[in-house]
This record gives sequence, C-alpha cells and structure tokens, in this order.
Amino acid sequence: MNTIYTGKVSRAGIFSTTYQKAVAIAFLCLGLLACVASAQSGGELRFCLRSEPKTFDPLKVEDDASGAIRYLTGGVLLRMNRQTQALEPELAQSWKVSKDGRQITFKLRSGLSFSDGTPFSADDVAYTVQQLMDPALHSPTGDAFRSGPGNTETKVISPTQIAITFPAPLAGLDRQFDQVAILSAHSAKKEMAVLGPFMVADYRPGASVQLKRNPNYWKNDAQGRKMPYLDSIRLDIQSNRDVEMLRFKRGEIDLINAIDSEYFDKLAATSPQLVRDAGPSLDSEQMWFNQVAKSPLPAYKKTWFRSAAFRRAISEAINKQDLSRVVFRGHAQPAVGPVSPANKFWFNANLKPEAYSPDAALSKLQAEGFRLENGSLKDASGNAVVFSIITNAGNKYRERMATMIQDDLQKIGVHVNVVTLDFPSLIERMTQTFDYEAILLGLTNVGLDPNEQMNVWLSSSENHQWNPQEKTPETAWEAEIDKLMRAQAASAEPRKRKESFDRVQEIVFEQAPFIYLVNKNALSAVAASVQGANPVILMPQTYWNVEWLTVK
Amino acid sequence: MNFYRINAWRRLACALLLVVAGVTLAANWLAPAGYARQYREAAGAPPSHEHWLGTDDIGRDRFARVLYGTRISLLLAPAAALVSTFMAALIGGLAGYLGGAWARSAMAVTDLFLSLPWLFLLITVRAMMPLNVSPMVSVLVTFLMLGLLGWTAAARVLCTSAGSLRNSDFVRQARASGIHGARLFWIHVLPNLKPVLYAQFWISIPAFILSEANLGILGLGVAEPLPSWGSLLKELEGLVSVGEEPWKFVPLVLLVLVVTSFQLVLSQQDEVAA
Repeated sequence: MNTIYTGKVSRAGIFSTTYQKAVAIAFLCLGLLACVASAQSGGELRFCLRSEPKTFDPLKVEDDASGAIRYLTGGVLLRMNRQTQALEPELAQSWKVSKDGRQITFKLRSGLSFSDGTPFSADDVAYTVQQLMDPALHSPTGDAFRSGPGNTETKVISPTQIAITFPAPLAGLDRQFDQVAILSAHSAKKEMAVLGPFMVADYRPGASVQLKRNPNYWKNDAQGRKMPYLDSIRLDIQSNRDVEMLRFKRGEIDLINAIDSEYFDKLAATSPQLVRDAGPSLDSEQMWFNQVAKSPLPAYKKTWFRSAAFRRAISEAINKQDLSRVVFRGHAQPAVGPVSPANKFWFNANLKPEAYSPDAALSKLQAEGFRLENGSLKDASGNAVVFSIITNAGNKYRERMATMIQDDLQKIGVHVNVVTLDFPSLIERMTQTFDYEAILLGLTNVGLDPNEQMNVWLSSSENHQWNPQEKTPETAWEAEIDKLMRAQAASAEPRKRKESFDRVQEIVFEQAPFIYLVNKNALSAVAASVQGANPVILMPQTYWNVEWLTVK
Repeated sequence: MNFYRINAWRRLACALLLVVAGVTLAANWLAPAGYARQYREAAGAPPSHEHWLGTDDIGRDRFARVLYGTRISLLLAPAAALVSTFMAALIGGLAGYLGGAWARSAMAVTDLFLSLPWLFLLITVRAMMPLNVSPMVSVLVTFLMLGLLGWTAAARVLCTSAGSLRNSDFVRQARASGIHGARLFWIHVLPNLKPVLYAQFWISIPAFILSEANLGILGLGVAEPLPSWGSLLKELEGLVSVGEEPWKFVPLVLLVLVVTSFQLVLSQQDEVAA
C-alpha cells in the first residue's frame, strides 16, 4: 500500500496478477486490431514516370515527372475536375473573385493538418503565395500569376480566410490555383510536408519514387472511410516506352498514362478491355511556314510564305483525314485550330476542319498567279515551288506525317523535301538562325484557358513561332489578334472573353499561320486489377481520380 | 578438306552477294509500283499477293522498299569505302612513306579524328547541310560523309605498312639506284600496299552499311521517301515479340547475310594480303 501512495509503481507490480495480465493482453490485441483497421486495403498502384523528377518542390515544377508527383502529393485550394472541367473546392470551402479580376478571397476548411501533423491555416496559403511570387524563385507556376508590374498582396483575415490581391486583373484567376500546392509555413520538413493524398516515402534516383498514403489527409468518402483508398504508389523511372509496354503486359505495372496509337492497337488486339480511348485530347500537331522578314530565305519564297492564300491552299491540299486514319490509326481527328474540341468551353464550334481538295487548292494558287507546268507548280516569276519541311528525328509519327504531306503536295505540283534533324539543331534554326522553310511539330496543351496560349499569339512573344518577337505587329490580322488576346486577358467576364477568343480562332483559321493537322486522342492502358479508373483527356489522364482508385 | 569447306562458304558468300545485287538491280521490273507509292487503304497490311512483304505504316510496298533500299546501300557503301580507302592511302600511306615529322603530324591528326565521337560528328555535319536537297542528293551526301570521316583507322594501318616498306631492302636498293620521290612511291611502295588497301576497302563496306543503318534508325540517314536499310530497320522499333510480324525482319536478315558475306569475302582478301 505504501508503495502505491508513494507513486513508485513498478512494471512488475502492474502485471502481478493473472487477471491484470489478461486485461493487458486484451488491450494489446485491441490495439493491434486498430492498427490493422487503420491500414487501407487499397493496395499499391504501380506505373512509370518517363523521366527523373527534377524537383519535389511543387512551386518549381516544370517537367511532367515532377508534375505527376505534385498532383499526387500536393494539396490545392481548388481543383479542376478532369472529367467535367469544372472547378471544385478542395482545401478552400468556397472562394470569390472580385469584379475587377484582381482579388480572390478563399474560405478555408478548418482542422486540417499537413502530413507531418503541422496544422493548416491561412498563414500557409499566404506563405505559399509569397514564395510563388518571389522573383528569386523563378517559379514556372508563379509566372502564370504575373499579371503586371507591382507586388501581390496577401491579407490573412482569419485563420480560415485569406484575400490575395494581384497588381493587375488576371483572367481565369481561380482556375490557376489548380496548379498551386500549398506549402507549410511552419513545418521543419519544408516541401515534404504535404496536404495531398500521398506523401513521398522513398526516392531512389534513377530507379523509383515510392509514395505512401498521407495519414492526415482530410477527405472521407460518403461512408466515412478515409481517403485515398490506395496504401501506396510506386513510380518507376523508365524512359523507354517499349520496356514500359512490356512491363505492363507482364503485369509489373498497372497503367500507362499516355500510350502510342501503335501500342494501343497491339494491346487492343489481344486485350481490348485494358485500353481506353478517351477521344481527342488538347494536343495538336501542326506545321507552319517561316514568315520572318530577316530570315536568309530568297525573297520569292518569303512572298509565298507570307501569302495567306498560299498557306490556305497548302492546308487544303493536305489530306488530314488520312493523317488521322493512317498515321494515328484512327486515334486522332483532323484539327481545325488552336483549340481542340476537347476544350469544351473555349473551342469555337462554328469552325469546321477544311475539306481535303487538291483541285480547290490548285485553283486558289492559280488565282494567286501560280501555274502548273509539266507536273510542277511555278510562281508568276517561273520559280518552281519547292520547300523543305523539318521535323525532329526519331519521332516516327511526325516523320510519317511529313512523308504523307510530301505525297499529297506532289499532287498539286509542289515538291517537298522532308528533313529530319536532331532536336537542338531544329530549335536553333527555329529560334536563332531562322534558316528553315517549314516546320512540323506538335503542341502539348496542359491548361484550358486561352491565357496559357498568350505566349504563342502575342506578336511580340518569343513563341510566336512563324515570326517571333515582332516589334510592332507586321500584319493587320496579327494586330487584331494582339488586341483580342489582351482584351480577353483583361476581362473577368467569361462570356466576353469567349467572344474575343472565338474571333482569335476565326482569324487563325482564315490566315493559317499554323496549319493545324490533327488532334491526337488521349490513349491509355489500365490493368484489370485497377478499380475505379476512368481515363479522361486531361492530364493526368488515368489517375486524375487517384483518391478513388484501388488495386486488387 | 577444311580448306575446301572454307572455300565453299566463300563461294556461297560471293554467290549470295551477286544474287542480291542482281535482284536489287532488277527492282524496276520486280516491283514496278516503286518504293514511294502510298497504298493508304492498305497501310500496315500483312504479306499478300499484291504486297509480298506487306506494306509499311503509310502503305508503301515493303518488298519494293527492301529492293530499292538494298540497292542504295549496296551501291553506295562500296563508293564510300572507295573514298575512305583513297583518303587513307593518301594520308596514311604518304605519311608512312615520308616518315619522321610527316608521319608524326599525320598520325596526330588521325588520332584526333579517331578520338572524335563519329556519330555526333555525323549528326552535327548533317544538321549543317542545306535543307533543300533532293532525297538522291541526301543519300549521296550521307555516304560521302561516311567516306570522308571513316578513313582514320585505315590510315593508321597504312602508315605502319608504308613505314615498314620505306625501310625494306628493295626500297633501299631502288633508292640506291637513283629512284626517289613520287616515282619511288608509285612504282615500288604503292603496289606493295595494294593487299592492305584491298583489305581496308572490304572492311569498310560492312562498316559503312551499318553506319548508315545507325543513322537511319536515328532518323538522320537517307531522306524520305527514298528507302535504305536504316529506314527499313526503324520499323523494328516497338516490336514486342519476334513472332508478331516476322516479315518485318526481312531487311534485318538481309543486312546480316550481306555483312556476313562481305566478311567471308574479306577473309579471302586477308589471305591474299598475307
């Protein structure tokens, strides 16, 4: 008794009786059961990253592999539903964009914490925005928020409410928060403390990244079960697509996020239930002519390439239906313009792909003074119409498209030389020396908003590929595009923005600075063991709903 | 017995090379549709009565492309070998004959060339070429580049051989008889280098065939729509199993057979050289 009062209770003392031992064992068993119950039974999802992730800092992401890890680990205020293309609340319960498009106010969820247990509050959002807009960080994600000169201000109204004010209006401001993973302002683990469904557990450079379920993830399903269902994700770093395909066939990985049409058909022939064609994606393949005034091309070729009628005629003489059907085995659609029909809101549905008509193309060219002589097209000065199309060596789809275009244009007497160059040489010719005639390349669109294409359409932009960095717009239609793009960017009203961008699409269709060839379909492969997968056209196609996936 | 068996293999190799060369020269008659015509409705078709080896991914007759591609590789690889052997004889042979500082300088240049990563060099040279050249010019330039860049190893061999000839008794005797300079080189040294030159020539042919195939696989070889073994071998990319589309292996089998035949003929030349 004295011993008890003095508080010196020994472990032997506690388990001194059989009864007490039994109670202890019962509690131990209950504890073990609780541990087992807390582990999810969703299994492990395995797939490949096609390159080494360059960073785990979500604000510095600029490559696909790092983007995939950000998507799986990062907690965002708002998330665009990849299926409906609608914006949905995540860490923010609600949000409001000011009428002038400069300010956004978020009401945050309360009681959430990062993967390391650090509580989440408006301070973390403020810290993330400050980091994002820090010029010294050079955040590619932050670039999308740089609306104009001046500082971005954050005002923490309460632990669950924050207002962010930008120096100038930002069109589609709320949608851009889909890419902003919130960092912890206080955690010692820095960017490794996350709010997303998974967290990085292990990284073996050159081999794999292991993610495990974030025990503090805030979401529960309708039945009250903690999400995500999966226990872990193993991301193997594998750049070789043949090996990726073999591993999928052997069952070593569970999905291929984006699969070539050739592999798709091979898999479809043996296991049609494993492949999914989600329809046209945002990606396009296009060609364009060099319109740079200072390029080292002969003057008569510059005249051809600067003629809208010439470009439209070439476009009309290319059988885009065949490109889709033959090169992409039907897993592509003839493209109409800079926006894919997959982009439900921004696509101008009034535009229809140009019909293939070599006769109409030839008539257009003849109206411009060209003439067909002994199977060879000649301009008014008697110069034979010969030009080269460059594409990047090793891309078999582009090489095939270029060869088919060569064949199509031969029918109207245009002689095309197909040149494949290594990518750095191609880029040098395209951006430095301008020593090229036509280029065939593709464009991967990640976002839906027209603002993400500003760097292509503004005539002063470096990526205005057919004639970059114009001091002032060299043509009236380029000046009009500049005006319309700026107008839509300055407006916060979706309807007005849509009107402006619809007109941009019409001008691009009429002037054909880019000859849009095809929109590739979003193809993927998912093993039968993966349940809940519903591939879509937007990245990440197969695991956009990762919280709901299970592997049996 | 063994001698006869080896000889039979060589004869077989020669016969095979002759047959392949003959068949490819008759490509215009055997495959009148040509290598560029696109049967787009039958793209990627398996072998049939119309297309004996099926069609490629954009519907071109594979049999025609194999014939024309083989013709290009078989005609131009020896031409490139001739260029490289000539350059090797000029640089290596002369350097060895002259000896001293000439030989050291020539070999230093040769070593420099040997140390260059030739594939990257070829890619760089290819990137600097004018863009608007016809496919036929592009194929000539590709093989010319191979020839102009492929002389170095042969030059070292020839330099050593010419060096040993320079100090040989019969050359000393010729020199003592008053024959000097170019006359001595042309009359006494060069004829004795012939076996080495032949051997180098034969060695270069399969090497250039494979080099072109390497460039073709990288998409940097012969320009479309002209076929070559390199562009034909590119079709094997992405084949998951050998049994999937075995007819696609025909160019590979042909390449192996031709290169092996050249090697067998070459070993005969080695014996001649010895």
